Amino acid sequence: MTTNLAVDLLEPYGFEFFRNGTVVAVAAGGLCGLLGVFVVLRGMSYIGHGLSHAVFGGAAASAVMNLNYFVGAGLWGIVSGVLIGRIARRRILGADAAIGVVTTASFAVGLALLNRYGQAKRSIEAVLFGSVLGVKTGDIIAVVVVGILATTIIIVGYRRFLFSTFDPEVASVSGVRVSMMEAALMVMLSLTILVTMRVIGTLLISALLVIPAATARMLTNRFSRMLWVAPAIGAGGALLGMNLAYHTNTSAAAMIIIVCATAFSGVYFASGVRGKRRVAALGHL
Amino acid sequence: MNLKPAPANLLVSCHHLSCAYGDNLVVNDVTFNVERGEFVGIVGPSGSGKTTLLRAILGMVKPVHGEVGTVKGVRLGYVPQVESVDWNFPVTVLEVMVMTRPQRRVLPRITLAERREANDMLERLGLAGLGNRHIRELSGGQQQRVFVARALFHNPDILVLDEPTSGVDVRTRHEVLHLLADLHQEGVSVLLTTHDLNGLAAHLPRLVCLNREIIADGSPRDVLVPDVLERLYGAPMHVLEHGGMPVVLDHAEGAVIRPFRPRAV
Repeated sequence: MTTNLAVDLLEPYGFEFFRNGTVVAVAAGGLCGLLGVFVVLRGMSYIGHGLSHAVFGGAAASAVMNLNYFVGAGLWGIVSGVLIGRIARRRILGADAAIGVVTTASFAVGLALLNRYGQAKRSIEAVLFGSVLGVKTGDIIAVVVVGILATTIIIVGYRRFLFSTFDPEVASVSGVRVSMMEAALMVMLSLTILVTMRVIGTLLISALLVIPAATARMLTNRFSRMLWVAPAIGAGGALLGMNLAYHTNTSAAAMIIIVCATAFSGVYFASGVRGKRRVAALGHL
Repeated sequence: MNLKPAPANLLVSCHHLSCAYGDNLVVNDVTFNVERGEFVGIVGPSGSGKTTLLRAILGMVKPVHGEVGTVKGVRLGYVPQVESVDWNFPVTVLEVMVMTRPQRRVLPRITLAERREANDMLERLGLAGLGNRHIRELSGGQQQRVFVARALFHNPDILVLDEPTSGVDVRTRHEVLHLLADLHQEGVSVLLTTHDLNGLAAHLPRLVCLNREIIADGSPRDVLVPDVLERLYGAPMHVLEHGGMPVVLDHAEGAVIRPFRPRAV
């Protein structure tokens, strides 16, 4: 019976599409978990959510115009980020309102393209909902490269990232170039969204950027531990989610998020008053 | 900005400094220096430009006129208001201190030498054994001390504190005052802002009275006098003497405070 169970559990790994999907989902889960620590502690959840929606417009446009996805969506993402920054800096609108305007407009353009050019529908749907079982080698390489790059940058600049996240004012006075650290984080976040969007989908990226990091926050009071606990939860959730999706014949992206959300709920109810207080302190989620 | 030509003991210099937010001039034509070994308090009412002046000295606000800054090579240890950070942030006391030091190795581990130095500093400030505590677990006075410890860990030439006794209880205020007095005795130069005339300002050797422009600059005995206070706060104020120190009555002359009387039922 044990043998049968093992055979059943290992069955999906006989398929190349599943192996590829699992590798890329685990890498994406880890990467989103890592960047999510900064997203959660800096109150940037809405930026992550907004950027993923803004990039959708670029992805739709590049699909319709037969442009390379990374070029089209990447350029669109950079333009959206710059626009959000410019509007917010003029202080006429708050950053949240600026994100709301730019991202919904960008999303609407994507939707209009989807309606007008029906043949692009499948590709656009892959961006919206993810297509973890249809990943290509290029997707795997992109996620792994961005993952290695982000991990290296965060390790090498650890103290400066920590200082500018905890106390940007004093960090600036102490010689840390806070605006450069923020720009580096924004670039890493944009790249993460760009390379994971086709895997887990626009609509679910923000969840994976928030849930593993928020769960890690309940488990530890150390920033350094959060930086490995959150990616571990993201990657573990992706691995379990992929397998559950195969055996229950459901959407892989949805199952990954359900697993992560279940982990969050379990930790929330098991961690007692202290853990709940920690997550409550992340009032901006 | 760094000021190049300077006497050997000069640390901070403001020369005809003016700062504005839009059309609103907040600091007007301010000139004063802070020299090595001094303990200076900038006092004034809310909205008098104290924090803006401090931020200009720290390089966080650009002047619209004049010059401000530290002398080249002078290191500032900035202690912001305790409420300026999220005390739920997941860091320990030791990490808060060490994050000010550049990361010399690829892996961001706290070295043995850094740990030893940080623990010595914590002991010096009465925080021995608290290095591994999460910052939320500290009292208000301990949190203020951690900020001072962090600033000192940066090996500064001068400590710059923004309202160090704002929103703290009497006991914490005493703790902070004694800590700063001890550090000054050990040779640390200090510049701070405060609106706490009796609890803090009256104990300092030199006060700069600011209400957009400098009203007076001198010892508490010289500047905490009715004439200066009236110009500073825009209302006549009484000053008493207690134990050889000026005590400012915190309500303007002529203001009648009516006792509370419950309404008859």
